[in-house]
Amino acid sequence: MYGLGILKGLSVTLKHFILTFVDDAKRGKARYQSPQGIAYRQSTELSGLFTVQYPEEKLPVPEEFRYIPFLVYEEEDGQKKLRCTSCGICSKVCPPQCIYIVRSVDPETGKPVPNPAEFCIDVDICMNCGLCAEYCPFDAIKMDHDYEIASFDRIKHHVFDISRLAKPVSYYASIRPKNYKTEEEAREAKAAAKQGAASV
Amino acid sequence: MSDHSAIVSTIAEVLPEWFLPDNRPGYAGLIVPSERIHEAAEYLKDQKHFDMLTSVTSADYFPEDRLEMVYHFRRSTGGEPLRIKCILNRKDSQIDSLVDVFPGAELQEREVWDLMGVRFMGHPDLRRILTWEGFAGHPLRKDWKEPFFEEEIKPYKSRWPDGKFIRAEEKNPLGDNLCFPPGFDPESWVPDKDETLYKSMTRVAKAGEDGFDSDTIIVNLGPQHPSTHGVFRMVARLDGETVVDLKPVMGYLHRNHEKIGERNTFLGNMPFTDRLDYICSMSNNFAYALAVEKLLNVTPPERAEYIRVIMAELTRIVNHLVANGFLLNDLGAFFTPVLYSLEEREFILDFFEAASGSRMMCNYFRFGGVVRDLDEHMMGMLKAILERLPRKMDELEKYLIGSEIVRVRSEGVGILTPEAAIANSATGPLLRASGVPYDLRRADPYSIYDRFDFDVCVRYHGDIYDRFMLRIDEIRQSIRILKQAVRDIPNGPVLTGKPQYQVRVPAGEAYGRVEGPKGELGFYLVSNGKSNPARYHVRAPTFINLTSLAGMSRGNKVADVVTILGSIDIVLGEVDR
Repeated sequence: MYGLGILKGLSVTLKHFILTFVDDAKRGKARYQSPQGIAYRQSTELSGLFTVQYPEEKLPVPEEFRYIPFLVYEEEDGQKKLRCTSCGICSKVCPPQCIYIVRSVDPETGKPVPNPAEFCIDVDICMNCGLCAEYCPFDAIKMDHDYEIASFDRIKHHVFDISRLAKPVSYYASIRPKNYKTEEEAREAKAAAKQGAASV
Repeated sequence: MSDHSAIVSTIAEVLPEWFLPDNRPGYAGLIVPSERIHEAAEYLKDQKHFDMLTSVTSADYFPEDRLEMVYHFRRSTGGEPLRIKCILNRKDSQIDSLVDVFPGAELQEREVWDLMGVRFMGHPDLRRILTWEGFAGHPLRKDWKEPFFEEEIKPYKSRWPDGKFIRAEEKNPLGDNLCFPPGFDPESWVPDKDETLYKSMTRVAKAGEDGFDSDTIIVNLGPQHPSTHGVFRMVARLDGETVVDLKPVMGYLHRNHEKIGERNTFLGNMPFTDRLDYICSMSNNFAYALAVEKLLNVTPPERAEYIRVIMAELTRIVNHLVANGFLLNDLGAFFTPVLYSLEEREFILDFFEAASGSRMMCNYFRFGGVVRDLDEHMMGMLKAILERLPRKMDELEKYLIGSEIVRVRSEGVGILTPEAAIANSATGPLLRASGVPYDLRRADPYSIYDRFDFDVCVRYHGDIYDRFMLRIDEIRQSIRILKQAVRDIPNGPVLTGKPQYQVRVPAGEAYGRVEGPKGELGFYLVSNGKSNPARYHVRAPTFINLTSLAGMSRGNKVADVVTILGSIDIVLGEVDR
């Protein structure tokens, strides 16, 4: 019969439609506005609606998620100490060349000091590729998880300088616990090896 | 001696005055005197059965006075490509067009003329294609400089160690960096009304069978039109509702990816390849990594090879879901099927995000491996996806295949014959739906595809319906490959050697290609031993597949043109580059 194919197709739509309500009734309130609900809507057992109602609900991002980079600083006796040594590898590897670094110079000797005087990222140009974080030998620049950076004035707000880029190690450890752990272990192993070599 | 090099040497022996082997270190293929290229192409096609001209490009060897045309010929029965070169000089660069032997050269030769300034004698419609008529110079020439030109190659010295930030706009956009063609005055310039374009189209005023002597009209579909999948324009000459002739007009999204690529370091190009075909960034990464690995002569470790195949096949599934969904959108099934497809795609994108850090701009491959390993959790995600997908594919198939509207609109519409498909250098689903079982994964295997058990999908009617069905078939085959890959994946490292941010690539040339979801995606690279590629060419499958658009559209109704375009499955990021 002509038209049967269309009806068959529409039965699939109808099934989807009904399943939406069945699933809502079965799971009740926990399906929406709760972390378990979001996890369920991201899982492959899902039936029914799969939309997430941003901004009331937000998908959790995986650890490797990357957005605009930030600079990691350590807090030592109340002082913020950037891990960055201004070696310039991030700025060299950056494909769109959006990282600008001014190296500090010791005012007395005129020799470069391992510390950036200025560090800015033009976030209009940054393509979030993550190469800077990947090749930084000091784990000083890392990719962020904060993806809500819209602003009203691009001239004023879209060039991030040190004050905007610097974030504490504790923040880094909170967004990337696994990476942080492996890096710390590697660092300790290296320090131990160095100490061992020195004592021998 | 391999089969391929045997062919190359026999050709060079039989006709030594036509074909000279390219003996430079790192180079391969044959050099043909430029005045002989037409005869040589005919000889290769008729006597040696190289019936597909897959890629036409050129390389500039400035400051030497030397431009090279680079052709890649293939056999539709499979095998490695045969590389033919012609050496031209830079001042008076012209060569015979191959369009009459290989119609697939049409758009590619226009691209070479546009970007490199090689004049093709006998080309039926040699206009600029990606830039506008009246653009000053040919941008891929090494002595051409763009506005805001800083330095020949990255990294720029102004970034470190004295990288004082200057906003690009502050560098006076109307200063000496802006360059107009001689005799061009922006104040008094009136854009030409595309007269040359319209005149180039056939006008068969049909003294009708119905007794009416009707005139034809020109209709522009696009560039701003929801059905064109981006900023793409089709100029159609219509007789009533029937298409008499059609020309694709592109370049609205042109950013000269290849010039950017030549400024970039080798590694820096990797994230840029994501932006070509932004639906399937993993495949783009794959092809580029293969090309550079050929130059570097490294092979990735076993586990990395498996991960690459997994990523490439997931990308194929993503692409085909999107392509089919939007094709149905074009057919009038407005957004319900595409959202069902996108629902499945979400799971794969979540997987990509967990693996690479980004849903679409993955930047996951490195030379000699991949960035990071897949852990147990991610393998679990993958298994769950593979468990769900077949079920959902059955549902999608049931949803759409039987629908009379879909069948009436797509069966027998936009037919591409196998002969025309091969002649037009079509690749990917477009070619296979026309009855040519040509899949690079089998025809010229790369990576570890020779280990997997899968079928090359093929359908024989060459219409929209077959292209649609072929994509569903291919998703099933991809799931088959994925299941084998998940079963067999070994443990081990995922990167050969130490991660390096500035790779030294030995001088030479390489052509890396994969069977991307849309067709043969190839990267032709020339390295001069420095940290950036001297020539970086992308053989974009959808760009070349568009050669077939006019032929498929002729004689169809204007409403069908939209669906025919949808069935080719174009992504403008790749077409315009």
